Amino acid sequence: MTLLQHRPPAGASEHPEHVEHHDEPTFVVKWLTSTDHKVIGINYMVTALVMFYLSGFMALLLRVQLSSPSGIGMSLQTYNELFTMHGSLMLYLFAGPFAFGGLANYIVPMQVGAPDMAFPRLNAFSYWLYLTGSITMLLGFLTSTGAAAFGWVAYAPLSTSAYSPGPGADLWIISLFLTGFSAVFTGVNLVATIFYLRAPGMTMWRLPIFTWNMLVTALLILIAFPVLTAAMVFLWTDRHLGTHIYSVAGGGVPVLYQNLFWFFGHPEVYILALPYFGVATEIIPVFSRKPVFGYKGLVFATISIAALSTGVWAHHMFTTGTVLLPFFSLLSLLIAVPTGVKFFNWIGTMWRGQISFKTPMLFCVGFLLAFLMGGLTGVMLASPPIDFATHDTYFVVAHFHQVLFGTTVFAGFAGLYFWYPKMFGRMLHDGLGKAHFWTMFVGFWLTYLPQYVLGLHGMPRRVATYPPGLGWASLNMASTVGAFMIGLSFLIMLVNLWVSWRNPVPAGDNPWDGHGLEWFASSPPVHHNFEKLPPIRSERPTWDYNHPDARTIAHGHGAADRELVGAGARGASGTGDSTTDA
Amino acid sequence: MKIEARLLVGVALFFLVTGVGYWFWSYEQSGTVMLIGAVLLGLVPGSYYLWWSQRMTPRPEDRDDGTLAEGAGVIGAFPGSSIWPFVMGMGLFSCALAAVFGLWLLAPGFAAVFAAAIGYTVESRRGGTI
Repeated sequence: MTLLQHRPPAGASEHPEHVEHHDEPTFVVKWLTSTDHKVIGINYMVTALVMFYLSGFMALLLRVQLSSPSGIGMSLQTYNELFTMHGSLMLYLFAGPFAFGGLANYIVPMQVGAPDMAFPRLNAFSYWLYLTGSITMLLGFLTSTGAAAFGWVAYAPLSTSAYSPGPGADLWIISLFLTGFSAVFTGVNLVATIFYLRAPGMTMWRLPIFTWNMLVTALLILIAFPVLTAAMVFLWTDRHLGTHIYSVAGGGVPVLYQNLFWFFGHPEVYILALPYFGVATEIIPVFSRKPVFGYKGLVFATISIAALSTGVWAHHMFTTGTVLLPFFSLLSLLIAVPTGVKFFNWIGTMWRGQISFKTPMLFCVGFLLAFLMGGLTGVMLASPPIDFATHDTYFVVAHFHQVLFGTTVFAGFAGLYFWYPKMFGRMLHDGLGKAHFWTMFVGFWLTYLPQYVLGLHGMPRRVATYPPGLGWASLNMASTVGAFMIGLSFLIMLVNLWVSWRNPVPAGDNPWDGHGLEWFASSPPVHHNFEKLPPIRSERPTWDYNHPDARTIAHGHGAADRELVGAGARGASGTGDSTTDA
Repeated sequence: MKIEARLLVGVALFFLVTGVGYWFWSYEQSGTVMLIGAVLLGLVPGSYYLWWSQRMTPRPEDRDDGTLAEGAGVIGAFPGSSIWPFVMGMGLFSCALAAVFGLWLLAPGFAAVFAAAIGYTVESRRGGTI
């Protein structure tokens, strides 16, 4: 029985009498009963990756249909179902849960020096809601009328019973109900863990940026997801109980649905993005051999992005004609400022660092480029005149795919490559990782750059066929080829996982010379994580412990020493040239 | 605890300013209601934290010079493993499916939820299963 967890004193690992020995359950029993945040985190990640591959497969089918003007004869209903489920799986079941369910669950308690999440059983419950919600959504394919086919946003009145009859749509609604509660519980859990389970000396201003971002994300979840749940409940009552909340016929307001949905939907974009910003901010300093540049600036930028993101929901609704254009345009444009601060800090962290382009770092650089492109087109779209011209065209499709692919896939898989050694105690093959990266990187640009052009030529979204003779076919074919390159790159990743499983290369506890407390634990970490903890005197305690002679000074410790901040941990000798071993 | 409190009160203040500004600029109801909801989300826990942070001595994790020895001791109760989250999850799954496939699914759903609620309670009294 492990009722009480005692925090071990520093340097106590030679006397491990405090480490409880469990009759650990294995396999199915472990999967069903574990309340260990590490097991649950891996459960989340595996489930999310299954959803990612499923959804990616659907995207390839869509791209095959679009590769020529008349397509391959896919029925319109099938096409609608596939793009709806592609978007829903990616946004609700992969991108979010992979970050705040998977990575955060695993990493946040370790980064703050806690033995587990604050509410381990609630954590397990969140996972079961997420898994059952995912199954619920996919069940739609097994019904006679097919899965939901109204787009991932499910606008009323299209999603009402008149236009979307059948259980597929209901399953979609119920699925968001389940996963929404899952997200809220995880949010509560993360906030409580970060507020109450930090190790002594781990002040809020020493939290790793990933943990800061997860805290802000958790608050955003608590603001946004209940609104989505409310919107879904209203939608369900409109469909089944005869209410008229969204129907004009009964005195309702269809635009209310859009207001509710986007009040969730835009913060959701940052619920998806902020954790991955945090991942990049963990990785870039480690592979630049420097402390993160502008720590507090990054924290305030994160908070500003989150705050602004809740005031921009109606920029998805400019063309409805019912929203206050200057307010939403202004706030949307303002988001570029804290995002720019982040870019400045990421580049400042790399500047004059000793950069080593291992796979996680490569993915992070790819993330910077991809997100820059997506972000800049976002600034364009924040301006109503441009939005009116490009609304519901492939320009918007390319924009949000670049933003979300850039963050959730580039930075997300950077995180996977970065923390995989910690989770399983074995390395992923660096050469295969780089092959994954370059295939994906080329495929990424080949997929989405043509879509910008297509959008400017006026190709609308959500069409299964298009007229020949408009010059769209070759651009669409290029996009399809790019999509298949992305698909190929993820097969390479599967090979990489298989190789590491069959021929394990031991990782050791700290293969990257990492900064956060998670690198102080063993790989994989023991039950309740830590046998000992280092003294925590900066935001990178493990690095301090391993480099006692380094001349770096954490921020906020004596104004006289501040000029050393960011001077380069090992590169302070003045050479200043970045060296690469790529 | 002061920074945590300021963060949450800051959420409330931000949405107060945005909400009031939004209302007098647009007179749009749904957005204003949601923004005011967010004020409450920050205000309720934030004011509690603020009140409490004025009255407590800073915890070791709030101080730059906190040492591990100060924090040694009992942190809390962490159940080792438990089947009840799974049972409750399946119960809620069944209840949710009842909204689509028929109300009879509420019966096994509620049974599982009640069983899990009892299981949780008993387990907490015993102190975990492992």
